[in-house]
Order: sequence, then structure tokens, then C-alpha cells
Amino acid sequence: MKEKNTNLDQYWRANIRLVLGLLSIWFLVSYGCGILFVDFLDQYTFFGFKLGFWFAQQGSIFVFVILIFIYIQQMKKLDLLYKHKNREED
Amino acid sequence: MSVQLLTYIFVGISFGIYLFIAIRSRANSTSEFYIAGKGVHPIANGMATAADWMSAASFISMAGIISFMGRDGSVYLMGWTGGYVLLALLLAPYLRKFGQFTVPDFIGTRYYSSFARIVAVVCLIVVSFTYVAGQMRGVGIVFSRFLEVDINTGVMIGMGIVFFYAVLGGMKGITYTQVAQYCVLIFAYLVPAVFISILITGNPIPQLGFGDQVIDDPQYLLSKLDGVMTQLGFEPYTSGIKSTIDVFCITAALMLGTAGLPHVIVRFFTVPDVAAARQSAGYALIFIAILYTTAPAVASFARLNLFESTHNVSYENAPEWFKNWEDIGLIAWKDKNNDGKIQHANGNAFEPAKPKFNEKKGVYGQRLIINEANTTNNNEVYIDRDIIVLANPEIAQLPPWVIALVAAGALAAALSTAAGLLLVISTAVSHDLLKKTFAKNITEKKELLFARLSIFVSIIIAGLFGIYPPAFVAQVVAFAFGLAAATLFPAICMGIFSKRINKQGAITGMLVGLIFTLSYIIYFKFLFPEMNSSEYWFLGISPEGIGFIGMLLNLFISFLISFSTAPPPNDIIEMIDEIRQP
Repeated sequence: MKEKNTNLDQYWRANIRLVLGLLSIWFLVSYGCGILFVDFLDQYTFFGFKLGFWFAQQGSIFVFVILIFIYIQQMKKLDLLYKHKNREED
Repeated sequence: MSVQLLTYIFVGISFGIYLFIAIRSRANSTSEFYIAGKGVHPIANGMATAADWMSAASFISMAGIISFMGRDGSVYLMGWTGGYVLLALLLAPYLRKFGQFTVPDFIGTRYYSSFARIVAVVCLIVVSFTYVAGQMRGVGIVFSRFLEVDINTGVMIGMGIVFFYAVLGGMKGITYTQVAQYCVLIFAYLVPAVFISILITGNPIPQLGFGDQVIDDPQYLLSKLDGVMTQLGFEPYTSGIKSTIDVFCITAALMLGTAGLPHVIVRFFTVPDVAAARQSAGYALIFIAILYTTAPAVASFARLNLFESTHNVSYENAPEWFKNWEDIGLIAWKDKNNDGKIQHANGNAFEPAKPKFNEKKGVYGQRLIINEANTTNNNEVYIDRDIIVLANPEIAQLPPWVIALVAAGALAAALSTAAGLLLVISTAVSHDLLKKTFAKNITEKKELLFARLSIFVSIIIAGLFGIYPPAFVAQVVAFAFGLAAATLFPAICMGIFSKRINKQGAITGMLVGLIFTLSYIIYFKFLFPEMNSSEYWFLGISPEGIGFIGMLLNLFISFLISFSTAPPPNDIIEMIDEIRQP
């Protein structure tokens, strides 16, 4: 039981680290590039867009989709590792 | 074939499909009725979630709003998609692991209190009914414009359809009809967008055409639009006028609200396991992003098209659609400088901004209005933002079948969302209020009967909202998101990520969030609407964005009270450990 708990703790900590990492990118592209620094980024052009405007109306949405799929992949690995460790201890 | 006949055919076929699916997927148990027996494939659930989420507002209104707001419209684009990242990373997997039927189920169990459950039920019902009212109205508008039946008859037909498949099939029926509705609505949204993109930029992908050069002109679309707008005295399309803090707060309130909307969360209870819950959040966002990245492109095409096809054009030569929408009062023109030509400029053309028609016609055949001309600007036109998507195919002179398709798509968007909302309302009543609180020993069969009965009652109420729309339908949208952000989202999130939050903390937090957000919105929207401007707002935050502050208050109070009272009992700690395991 004790073993299992440390195993869950490890799993949980890895999960929190992953989530925090992904959420910082989430914050950076939407609130950062799309809102706080939008006027600064607008001096650069990206194809026919001003860069800040592009992040606000297109870019951030693409990044959101990518973030969720990274999360799905990474959690799949974490889940496997967790189940594997639990089986070893049983 | 006429547009009207085509619309009857398209709408008729799509309704036939929904009914066929409903008959094929009847629900026989409460589990099937509430959460489709947990057997929905992640991709199907992703589509159903997308249709559930994208309402008449996303389909009909959003591109129009962005078209008029320019860059400030980004709050809706980021706010209504970014919430899915929160949902996928913070809520969906754990709620699926918890494995019950409803959102109040989780809050009631995690905070070991029926009172917490009831507070959650109240929040859920307020949020969901606000939403449903708007859907039914959307159904009515589409019916009256394209099928030329009375708005009320339209609402009743819509109610009948939803009644049939929701009562019969419950969540199971709703899920598979939503999959079909997603296909209809996304096809209906993309076809005109692709056509218009080709027409204006020659690029068939609207997301790319948005940043491409205009045909026969070396200029990029957006810089051309900026130029046209500056010339007419508007702010450039790609710059905003809202303050940064307000944009920040509105985006945050919409994101957190999205993640806390009960009818969206409950969709993740319907998949087989935790991994599938994560996957379906990902698929849902892809399916939503297809529409949400197209919308801003459509918005900019429409704005440019609007100026090019009507500015400085004499009314007699104005395009057909201009007069069609004028006929039903969503466009109005007042010839302020008496030159017989239509002119656009910045500012409201007349006071008050919404036109009131007398039954007379002017010299050019235009409908006359009794509003006073606003002499501080040269604008002569009123255009209702809601018509942009519906009128776009006509503005771009697309063939009649595209117009019919858009009508069917708008109906799919409105009906799918209405059905999802009605289901969570009825579940909250039959499951949370009856089975879990006031009538604990009813049998499953009886509970199912009550679920069907309460869906029936909810449909009637929703229909009444559609037929007698409360004047505030458009304004209360801020309620739904603000309230979900300030109450349900933090309660669920803290319940998963903190073992220390107890029932005293969570209940007080939800109540503080609810009361604060509600009073701020009521104060500015209903009591003192004349003061609803940035000078009077708290820190310059509009009522649309105040849910974010409500959420921060909720968090703060919950932690403060939880840490000064006893920690939750051991069985709750064990339950939290349990839901954290994959």
C-alpha cells in the first residue's frame, strides 16, 4: 500500500509538471502574444498578417489544438509507466 | 428552383436524418439516458461535443460580431477555444474517472454535502436556461427568414423535433443526432466560406485567403480592409479599441466559463475511459477549430464585401439582399445628405441606434424610419450584426442551394445545443434533486420517467422563452459564462487539485462568486445601463469580463475558509486519490 502511494505521488507530480508546462505555453500564446504584447508584435508581418493579430485570431487556436494532443501523448506514456510499476510491486 | 423550395428540401432531409437516428437509438436505462451508457467513441464524442458547444451564437452571430469589432473580436475566438485546453488538462479526465452522471454529483460527493449539490444545481439551471432561450430564438429567426413561416410556428416545429429525439433517446439519441448535426453545420459553414475566399483572394482555403492578396490588386486583404476603413473614418480593422485589461478579463471569463459549462462537461462522462475522455477533448477542439479559424476570415471578407458592394452606390442600384434584409427590418438606410447614395462611416447613423420604421416609402423606395438622424457623422446605414453569416452567400452572389444549406446548418447548430442543454437541466432535476436529495428511494424506472417528464417541461419553458423572448436575451449571455467561471469551474478544479479544500470553503466560495458576479452584471446591465461604460467599471472591467474577478474571489475565499476550518474527512481524501489514478 505504502509503495503504491509513492508511485501515485510520482505519477501525480509528473502530471502536474506536464500540465503546468503546457498551461504556460497556453498562457503565453493567448494572453501573451494575442493580448498583452499584441501591439508590439504587430510591427512584424507574417505572410499577409500583422503578427499579433494573427496570434489573436488564428495562431493561438492552432496552438491550443497542438497542446491538447501533446498532453494526450505524454499522459499515455505516464499511464503506461504507472500501471507497469504497480504491476511489478503486486 | 427557388431558394425557398431548396430550403424546404435541405431542412426536410436533415430533420428526417435526425428523426431516423433518434428512432434507432432509444434509451432503456438511466445510464443510457444520462450518459449514453459510457459507450461513445472518442471521435463521435468529439463531434457531438463540437455540435453541442457551437450554438446559434457561434454559427449565426460570431462572424458578424467579429466583422464589426475587428481585432477586439479575438476575445470570442480565443475565449471559446482556449477553454478546451483547461477542460482537457484540468477537468475532463478526472470527472470521467469519478464516473457518475452529473456535475452536481461530483460537487455534492467531493464536498460531502447536499447543500453544495443544490448550490451547484442552481448554478447549472441558471446557466443552462439562459443559453437555451437564445437557441430557440435562433430557430425562430431562421424559420421566418428562409421558410417564411411565422416565428412562433418556427419555434414550435423546433421544439417538436427536439422533444422527439431528446425524450426518446436521452443522451444516447442526442449524441448520435449531434454527430449528424455537426456534419451538417460544418459543411454549411465551410461551403460559402470557401466560395467567398476564392472570389476575393483566389485562395480556396479561407484561413489562408485571410492573409492573402486580393484578386487584381497587389494589396493584402487585411491591409486593403484597414485602408478602406481608415478612409471612412473607422479605426483600422486590425487594431482594437477595448482596453488591454478588459480584453484580458473577457477572454479569461469566456475560457473559464467554457470549461465550467455543465452541458459540455457532461459529454466527457459518456466515453468508455479516462484516456478516451482526454482524446475526445482533443477531437472536440479540432472540430471546433475548423469553424473558429474560418469565422474571422469570413468576418473580414464580409466587411470588405459590404463596403465594396454598397458604399457610394445609389439606393436604386443597391443589391437585392440589401432590400431583402431591409424588408424584415435588419437593415435600414437614411439618406442624410440627400444624394440618393448609400454611405458608410463610423458611428451610429441615427438615434436611437435601432431603426423604427413607419409604414411609408421614400423617394427611392426605401423604408422610412422615425429615428432622428445623427448629425455628428456621415453614416447612413444600420446593419444588424446577426445577418452577416446568413446574408453572406447573397452578398457574394452564391447559388441558391448554398443559401438553403446555410439555413439547414444554422438550424442544426441551434437544435443540437438546445438538446444538450435541455438534457443537463432535466438530469439535474430528476437525478440530483429527486434521486439524490428529495426522493432517495425511487426506482430506476421511475427516475427515468421523471427524467423524460422534466425534459418535456424544460422544452415547454424553453419554447416559451423563444416565443416571448425576454428583452434581455442578448445581454444575459454574459451571465452564463461569468457565472460558470465564478462558480462551477473553481469548485470542480479545486476539488481535484487540492485535498485541503473542504465543504465550508467550497460552498462559501461558490456563493461569493455567484453573488458578486450576478450583482455586478445586474447593476450595470439592468439597474444603471446608462452607467455601463469604462469610467464607472471596477478597474475598467466590463460586465462581460467580471466573471474572471468572481473566480479569483471564489478561489481566495475558499482557501481562506478551508484553511481555518477542519480538513475534509479521510474517505474524501481517498476518493481524491482514486480519481487521480488513470
